[in-house]
Amino acid sequence: MNKVVAGADEAIRDINDGAVLMLGGFGLCGIPENCIASLVKKGVKNLTCISNNAGVDDFGIGLMLQNKQVKKMISSYVGENAEFERQLLSGELEVELIPQGTLATRCMAAGYGMPAIYTPAGAGTEVAIGKETRNFNGKDYLLEYAFDADFAIVKAWKGDTDGNLVFKETARNFNPLMAMAGKITIAEVEELVPAGELDPNLIHTPGIYVHRIFQGVNYEKRIEQRTIRKKL
Amino acid sequence: MALTKEQIAQRIAKELKDGFYVNLGIGIPTLVANYIPKGINVVLQSENGLLGMGPFPFEGEEDPDLINAGKQTITTVPGSAFFDSAMSFGMIRAGKVDLTVLGAMEVSEQGDIANWKIPGKMVKGMGGAMDLVASAKNIIVAMMHTNPKGESKLLPGCMLPLTGVNCVKKVVSDLAVLDITPQGFKLLERAPGISVEEIRSKTAGRLLVEGEIPEMKFEV
Repeated sequence: MNKVVAGADEAIRDINDGAVLMLGGFGLCGIPENCIASLVKKGVKNLTCISNNAGVDDFGIGLMLQNKQVKKMISSYVGENAEFERQLLSGELEVELIPQGTLATRCMAAGYGMPAIYTPAGAGTEVAIGKETRNFNGKDYLLEYAFDADFAIVKAWKGDTDGNLVFKETARNFNPLMAMAGKITIAEVEELVPAGELDPNLIHTPGIYVHRIFQGVNYEKRIEQRTIRKKL
Repeated sequence: MALTKEQIAQRIAKELKDGFYVNLGIGIPTLVANYIPKGINVVLQSENGLLGMGPFPFEGEEDPDLINAGKQTITTVPGSAFFDSAMSFGMIRAGKVDLTVLGAMEVSEQGDIANWKIPGKMVKGMGGAMDLVASAKNIIVAMMHTNPKGESKLLPGCMLPLTGVNCVKKVVSDLAVLDITPQGFKLLERAPGISVEEIRSKTAGRLLVEGEIPEMKFEV
């Protein structure tokens, strides 16, 4: 079941104006750098992007914002991005802020074939407005629906030609959840190997969820907050 | 003297118990990791997918794939584990994390907390805070007692949009340690040299004072 495509341009070939995308990553950690670059080059517009963050001004999803390609962002935290804030305050950009665990679980629900989940996050706050609330064992929970995304674009550490994926450290974050949740899932990996080379015991995302895979190039892996301690 | 941010963190660290799994928020809560008492073993959870967070790396050893929820480069300790964001909030929701420490803009006498939005001014988002406060068994808030204008941040009811309802158990401010009780903020300890009267004047919510209130002590 060979899922390999030549590169990012081919992987995103049928992402068109108005598409709903999931993009993996937490901050700039574990983001699909190659596919973002190709989406910027292609110039598709009116995108809805589901991603925990919106990048920084000059990297990650921030590049798509600069290029005015995003109609709506669905995220949990969008600091560290001046252009984002400008577009939000001027009304150019629609933004839905949702709790981070809710974001993760709405991806998970989609990948597990469940239409919705109940979570206590946001009960009693403005996040609950317009949502069905149900009390279980004395505690309020909100009904939150599974996401419905046209494409999930994820970044993994290693992958094989069958689409099996392995993630590295905290670059895992939302990637395996989104990989399960897209109608079409595109995976870019740092190292692509023939099927059979990865240990089946250690696969994070089985290839059944992945439709296209390629080995990415020129990863920058920018660090947002470089923090160090002194050697004594 | 009001406590420094480091002293607030140092005081909160005394609440840690051996074997705790702990989630530390961004800002003052992060500093708590520097004051874990000797003989107490705790495991730090980072909600972007790590149990067993270690200190910042030495220069030259930073790993872009290894960060905490504040996007800072970090390390792991022996016995650590990585997982995805759904499992991370799953363990939070299921009450596996023993203690959550986070900052706040306002706390109410019922234990409501506001820390994610200032309408018209700040629109950064709630991140994981709403999930944490909705599910954590034990929430300690680290905060300044008043805002820069000198107005109390410990209120009868929060003015800002809420992050969570009736969830905070304890507040450690630069002036005092207080428990949230059905009768309001119960004063437990004073910062060195800070009088009960000063704390009373800077607490807008109901303040319960019973008997002598001891001063906090810090080993130098």
